[in-house]
Amino acid sequence: MWFKHIILSLLIWLPVIGAMLVLLTGGDRQARAARFIAFSVALLNLLLCIPLYLAFDPSRFVMQFQENHLWIRAYQIHYALGVDGISLAMIILTNFTGLLVILAGCQAIRVRIAQYMAAFLIMQGMMIGVFAATDAILFYVFWEGMLIPMYLSIGMWGSANRNYAAVKFFLYTFLGSILMLIALLYLYNQTGSFDIQRFYGLHLPIAIQKLIFFAFLLAFAVKVPMWPVHTWLPDAHTEAPAGGSVVLAALMLKLGIYGFLRFSMPIVPQACAHLAGLMIILSLIAIIYIGLVAIVQVDMKKLIAYSSIAHMGFATLGCFMIYGIIRHMAKYQDAYMSLEGAVIQMISHAFGSGAMFLGVGILADRLTSHSRLIKDYSGVAARMPLFAAFFMLFAMSNVGLPGTAGFVGEFMVIMSAFQSHFWVAFTAALTLILASAYTLWMYKRVFFGSIVSNEVAAMKDINWLEKTNYILLAAGVFFIGLYPAPVLNVLHVTIEHLLSISMPPLKV
Amino acid sequence: MGTHLFSIAMAVALLPLVGALIAGLFGKKMGRTATHRMTIMLVGSAFVLSCYLFAEIVLLGHPTVEGVLYNWVTSGTFQFDVSILLDRLSATMLFIVSFISFMVHIYTVGYMKEDPGYERFFSYVSLFTFAMLILVLANNFLLLFFGWEGVGLVSYLLIGFWFKRESAVEGSLKAFIANRVGDVGFVLAIAAVLTYFNSLDYPTVFSHVTLLVGKTMPLFPGLHVSVITMICVLLFIGAMAKSAQIPLHIWLPESMEGPTPISALIHAATMVTAGIYMVARMSPLFEYSPVALSLVLILGATTCLLMGFLAVMQQDIKRVIAYSTISQLGYMAVALGASAYDTAIFHLITHAFFKALLFLAAGSVIIALHHEQDMRKMGGLAPYMPITYLTFAIGALALAAIPPFSGFYSKDAIIEAVHLSKTPGAHYAYLCVLVGAFVTPLYIFRALFLTFHGQKRYPDKVNESPWVMLIPLIALAIPSMIAGGILITPMLFSTPSMLGASIFILPQHVVSTALATDFQGAKLMALHATQTLNFWLALAGIITAWLFNLGRPQWAELLKKRFSWLYQIFIVKYGFDAFNQVVLVEGSRRLGNFFYKVSDLIMIDGVFVNGSGKLIRLFARMGRRIQTGYLYHYALAMLLGLAICLGWFIGF
Amino acid sequence: MVALSNFLILAAILFGVGIAGILINRKNIIVLLMSIELMLLAVNTNFIAFSYFLGNNTGQLFVFFILTVAAAEAAIGLAIMMVLFRKSGTIEVDKLDALKG
Repeated sequence: MWFKHIILSLLIWLPVIGAMLVLLTGGDRQARAARFIAFSVALLNLLLCIPLYLAFDPSRFVMQFQENHLWIRAYQIHYALGVDGISLAMIILTNFTGLLVILAGCQAIRVRIAQYMAAFLIMQGMMIGVFAATDAILFYVFWEGMLIPMYLSIGMWGSANRNYAAVKFFLYTFLGSILMLIALLYLYNQTGSFDIQRFYGLHLPIAIQKLIFFAFLLAFAVKVPMWPVHTWLPDAHTEAPAGGSVVLAALMLKLGIYGFLRFSMPIVPQACAHLAGLMIILSLIAIIYIGLVAIVQVDMKKLIAYSSIAHMGFATLGCFMIYGIIRHMAKYQDAYMSLEGAVIQMISHAFGSGAMFLGVGILADRLTSHSRLIKDYSGVAARMPLFAAFFMLFAMSNVGLPGTAGFVGEFMVIMSAFQSHFWVAFTAALTLILASAYTLWMYKRVFFGSIVSNEVAAMKDINWLEKTNYILLAAGVFFIGLYPAPVLNVLHVTIEHLLSISMPPLKV
Repeated sequence: MGTHLFSIAMAVALLPLVGALIAGLFGKKMGRTATHRMTIMLVGSAFVLSCYLFAEIVLLGHPTVEGVLYNWVTSGTFQFDVSILLDRLSATMLFIVSFISFMVHIYTVGYMKEDPGYERFFSYVSLFTFAMLILVLANNFLLLFFGWEGVGLVSYLLIGFWFKRESAVEGSLKAFIANRVGDVGFVLAIAAVLTYFNSLDYPTVFSHVTLLVGKTMPLFPGLHVSVITMICVLLFIGAMAKSAQIPLHIWLPESMEGPTPISALIHAATMVTAGIYMVARMSPLFEYSPVALSLVLILGATTCLLMGFLAVMQQDIKRVIAYSTISQLGYMAVALGASAYDTAIFHLITHAFFKALLFLAAGSVIIALHHEQDMRKMGGLAPYMPITYLTFAIGALALAAIPPFSGFYSKDAIIEAVHLSKTPGAHYAYLCVLVGAFVTPLYIFRALFLTFHGQKRYPDKVNESPWVMLIPLIALAIPSMIAGGILITPMLFSTPSMLGASIFILPQHVVSTALATDFQGAKLMALHATQTLNFWLALAGIITAWLFNLGRPQWAELLKKRFSWLYQIFIVKYGFDAFNQVVLVEGSRRLGNFFYKVSDLIMIDGVFVNGSGKLIRLFARMGRRIQTGYLYHYALAMLLGLAICLGWFIGF
Repeated sequence: MVALSNFLILAAILFGVGIAGILINRKNIIVLLMSIELMLLAVNTNFIAFSYFLGNNTGQLFVFFILTVAAAEAAIGLAIMMVLFRKSGTIEVDKLDALKG
């Protein structure tokens, strides 16, 4: 493949350049052109993933498609890119979600269309950058750069309480990342380089490791989000436009997990092993506490937001359980499933919850009040049967029904949890009840029952654009649910390598 | 040789899926007739193919077929395949499931004739058939779980089929969540199997069971439990939910909100027996855990008795049959607990026939009375609906275990097996099933008398149902009459028995040899029924039902007054519903609200997040007083600052 | 012979007058501008004095720059003042407290 050495740069900058082009179309009078450009750029980017996936060699754990240029000589900062299995999967997911968001935006957004499209394209580019960066400062730049379009999208296209939510979102995430920057600077001091791979070889004293761990923890825990730094998410989700919610749920939350996998675990392995108990408890709190909170929500978006937190609890659980598993089973191999489950959970959650957020957008679009409250809907299934059927599928994925995407990660993590401890598995498995309770109770109140108002009675079923979106998502849900092997194949070697470098030496 | 059986087994499972997909996606465009023709044809061919499989495997003794369809997930040392197992047990189950499903498909054409969701219904029923067949065919716990959840999903969808009815959607939600409670146990059981066996495939697991005997795992600090017992108890929690054993039975009566054909298919003949099937399939595990067997036995016996009483109290014809189903599932669980797995499957088969028959006959009545289900408004329908009456009566006789109807053989075998069993709790269970033998005819004949005999209380004209509904009734009535007599010898008393090596029983648990010494063939067994206690109990039940409902109704009233406290307990259904509603549902809602309002909104958001914001604002408010806005103040400040800095600089 | 210290004292006095003008003046903004000019001149005086006594011409060169900048500054300052007067109708320093927190 002749463009092997620029493909990552292409993936990152094509959306950004596209965004500039979209902005050139100016005001809403050129909306059609803006939509067209944005769509073609997103589609092109997704198509670029095909050669990326095909050329990726899943049998090697080293970074592939590497690019490396000196950027700032004085501090040895490089523009260095590369992907391994995990980032490859996440990049493809990002591009897939990007296309969906643009498609959904074509319909839902009616003011400042070009600016909206541009914001999301830039966000997409930045996110791919985060996943592809192998230089810590480059990573940090992308990490922060992504916040701006997200902040704008909540602040400009959000609903009533958008300012509060946007500021809360920004401050929360920013506070976390500052500490990460300090940790990165410390690591630079130790190694004389910002190359993340160089950080892995450090053997820091345990006290320092713990400090760095907590610095990273704040940054990543806010993003995941883990209890108790989760309260920005429901607000941000509720106020964001549908597209923003999708990106938040499908991608932004995953950055936290990705951070744990890329930074915390390999760089400070001993600290991770020491503090794994704390992380497991936090994850279990996320699963149970947040699950219960989700049950009582009256706002659909808030409910799905809380359910996202609970699902992410599974991913963090999967990440930090490996230490307990290895202690019990004394074999590296047994911990694979835990980590792979966490990664699969990251990916599969994008489809189910992303689709559900889109669904709330579709519903709210059809009411003049744009209400997201459950009580304003009832009996929608009678008016929108096709939509109800799709939504049922995604709800079931959220519930974790076998055959859908949501099951795979949950299953693998619960299976692994049992190897670490029975009660961990038991607590995690309670999500089977909680998830079905909150998801299906909401479904019941929104879709079933008698029609609540004239407006609901006049609802039209989803149109071709929404249908396209949903068919794409449904394909994803079934693909991951029924045949996750292609995704797992690119992960195996990467995960194996990750395990080998993030394990404190076994005491035999 | 095995490969073509493998392909046929896959076809049996996938044909209904194809039907479901086509009906679901294009049903509206195809129209009603095309939809039902297509799905019936596909399920019919699945039935024919499963007949062939049944003949090959069970009758001709073809060895067990195993096959891998594809690799689902490989992770580390664990490999999860989508693979199927076609042995005597699954071939038998395939036959039963596809037969009942085929009948129900045909029956539906008449029953749902006027329903706007016609195509959707066919799609669901076919989808259910697919999931159930996968459940039966699975060769590992994972695929079993897939089928298990699949049938749960379709059951949920079908109970809530009439989604505009509040009670229907309530019932469906309840069913799903109650099943999920069981699934927690089931998933943990799977996890335990994976942890201790490193595999989820049946053959691997079953062949390694003996290695784990005596191995324990920590549950609480200081308390270690046997691994096998743990696995079996967890598995049975899953089975309890699906097969409606106390205390997870609460959803089954509510499931009667669904259309009657699926009550027959899902909530009587097939899905609810999945738990029984699963325990029988896991017999190599359960055999090594006396504790789990005792638990199964005692819970089954309790369910059998308590739910039988409730069936007597119901006024809704479908709920009578629903409670009867729970009670009969209790019988099957008792048989499992007594290590008489093949007897349990035997009762499962006969029960599938006569219970499906009863439901479909009840459905025929309900349709004739325009969706009236209250028995107090029926009465005297026998002359108007002769075939329905006759088939219902056959079902009732079979259920009441009157010889030579099919239920007699299976139930008698269970009672005898419990009698001979040495599992702890067997005495209690024996007592329960004996009382059950009296209660069963009492409730079902009460339903029969109230519906078909006595005064006609329904005001309008009543017509017999169309042939499309009567044919399945007749087709089910025949096996309800004769299946028991035909099957008892091959099922229980021949070597190899019909289920052969699919069932594993430890030598010290075997009861069928003791049974076999008394057994001299099906005909003689029926003739000698008069020598057994349960026959007289059943007869007494019928007579009591007649007395209380037709002969001397005032006696029933008298009893009701005399034992009003007992009556009250029955009316509130032992308080399970109230407990769930108050403690579990309200409790979790309260807890959720507490976490949300107090912990999230007040503590985290109020104190920490917005609190830190407020703190900063407070400082800023103090700081702003320095900003007077006057230029000369700023200039002075600069000057002073400069002076201090210079002073500092020079001073040091 | 005038000593360097004399020049420096003169410059210090000029600078002090300039500062006093800024600090004490509460009426007219023009006086403020003039005070700034005065301070700049004090600096210029220093430059020239040092330049002369140290025999290095660079200081005098700077004076030209400063004068130029000061002229430009005065021009802009006056222009801003004109706009300010048009907007607020006053150039009294005491009334201009828009920066008040």
